[in-house]
Amino acid sequence: MSEEAERDLKSLEVPPRVNELRRFFKVFLGRPVVVFGVIVILILIICAAFPEWIAPYDPIKQDLKNVLLQPSSQHLLGTDALGRDLVSRIIFGARTAVMVGVVALGIAAVSGMILGLTAGYFGGITYVIIMRFIDALMAFPVMLLALAIAVLLGGGLVNVMVAIGIGMMSGYARVMCGQAISVRENDYIIAARSSGASNMRIMFRHVLPNCFPPMIVLMTMMIGMTILFEAGLSFLGIGIKEPTVAWGSLVNDGYKYLLSYPLLSTAPGIAIIVVVYAFNMVGDGVRDAIDPRLRGTF
Amino acid sequence: MILVLLIVTIIVFLMVRLLPGDPILIYLTQQDLDEITQEQVDAIRHDLGLDRSLVTQYIDWIGSVATGDLGTSIIHRGKVGDDIKRRLPITLHLGGLAFIISIIVGIPMGVIAAVRRGTWLDSLLTSLGNLGITIPIFWLGILLIYAFGLKLDWLPIFGYTSPFKDFWLNTQQIILPVFCLAVPAIASAVRMTRSSMLEVMRQDYIRTAWSKGLRERLVIMRHALKNGLIPVVTLKGITLAAIVGGSVLVETVFSIPGMGRLAVEGLFSQDYAVVQAVILVVGIVVLAINLLIDLSYGWLDPRVRYG
Repeated sequence: MSEEAERDLKSLEVPPRVNELRRFFKVFLGRPVVVFGVIVILILIICAAFPEWIAPYDPIKQDLKNVLLQPSSQHLLGTDALGRDLVSRIIFGARTAVMVGVVALGIAAVSGMILGLTAGYFGGITYVIIMRFIDALMAFPVMLLALAIAVLLGGGLVNVMVAIGIGMMSGYARVMCGQAISVRENDYIIAARSSGASNMRIMFRHVLPNCFPPMIVLMTMMIGMTILFEAGLSFLGIGIKEPTVAWGSLVNDGYKYLLSYPLLSTAPGIAIIVVVYAFNMVGDGVRDAIDPRLRGTF
Repeated sequence: MILVLLIVTIIVFLMVRLLPGDPILIYLTQQDLDEITQEQVDAIRHDLGLDRSLVTQYIDWIGSVATGDLGTSIIHRGKVGDDIKRRLPITLHLGGLAFIISIIVGIPMGVIAAVRRGTWLDSLLTSLGNLGITIPIFWLGILLIYAFGLKLDWLPIFGYTSPFKDFWLNTQQIILPVFCLAVPAIASAVRMTRSSMLEVMRQDYIRTAWSKGLRERLVIMRHALKNGLIPVVTLKGITLAAIVGGSVLVETVFSIPGMGRLAVEGLFSQDYAVVQAVILVVGIVVLAINLLIDLSYGWLDPRVRYG
């Protein structure tokens, strides 16, 4: 074989596959603010998993000899009206935030995904009923809806998660439905149908996986907002009761002592901001890395 | 639209009917129950129509809602409709102002960030936008109360006075709450406008507009903005619901007797009729304003008008 022919053959070879995962991380971690977000989230997860080891004091045990202390080397952010260390309470609050955030997000995403997939895949009257229901749900502010559902179900952490989850599912249903409609028309769906696959099988094995990328983007972008809703509800005192520590209720507890001890309500708020900001930035990063069309546009 | 409205009412109706326990308990106190016999309970049940089918009950309920009867509060035994009449204007006043401010401030900021992409101005506006969707508004409210109310003593920190009674006091009272409500709305408008404008700015027809020598102002205002605003208008419908949701928190922080506060009070006193009425009225108001927003598409986008 001549040298020239060999070169031609070489050029016909498939170029080496770019490692998708490596490219994802390269784009994802390309911006310093995303790296900052990842670090904050890692710290948050560690705090949520092992607060007993990190927190210097018991967050619940009252110490009436040391109430309303100003910050000192023993109590970095001071103590509250019942002598409880504020730093420890903020660290324990991370657990509530992560737990409610993740579970509520999961409830919203799964229920929204199933509704949207069903509506988009079947179309017709199924589509009309489900999507008009979702439209109706969107007319209620999430905060009010969550409040009403919390009334219906009664208090408790689990019910708060369900309330936020139902309140937030409409966004997922909408995105999923649009995705399912566009994926449904693909040849491989027709192929699957003609080879006798059931609707269930086509929906969950063929349509669903092809709808995932925008759903993942939406989910990462919504974690921050979910945590904000949790903070809002616990600020109002809905669902989350003592002794569970939540950042929103810490802000509310400290509100009474605003003039003389402003740290009591401002410090937990800063924890919320840092964490939500971190999740939002990571969400933007995931979107840039998964959907290159949108890169840098937000 | 009518169908959505129908579903909204069904959701609100079922919300209270699906309550665990007998709905009759909503109308009777424990004391009443001890004193009266089972026959009397049944009679009351019959009078209230609770022994009929759900569908009949729904039709009855929707009929009374349509005539403005939103039920009776179990706490003060007054008409819930009167509460709503007093409080809805307050929330609409604050929320409406925040909504308008978010459009007037947010959209131009987003356009500027997109047009000056990559400059310090863009970085500043984008960072502010990212921060604005992050801050918990109840915390922002507390911070503002601390700074402007307690430390500087410039503004009153709570309450609401009718603007017709004392316009100047009213203005002072609503500055901080409206600001709190507007911040996340402005921030999401900035983010959305910026990204949508960037998308539009790389279209061919914008390049054509540039290359035929139009001034920047014309390219942006006449060509880019019309298409760039469409997703922003969609977003505003969602923002509206978010502002009403936020008013639950802001009205609590600033002790403003609006709809949000009413819902929270109803919640804590287990006054289901109040919670139900607030949710129904808010849902209908949001739907109505969304209808207006949908109609504005036709004005923005001729494809909708002729389609």
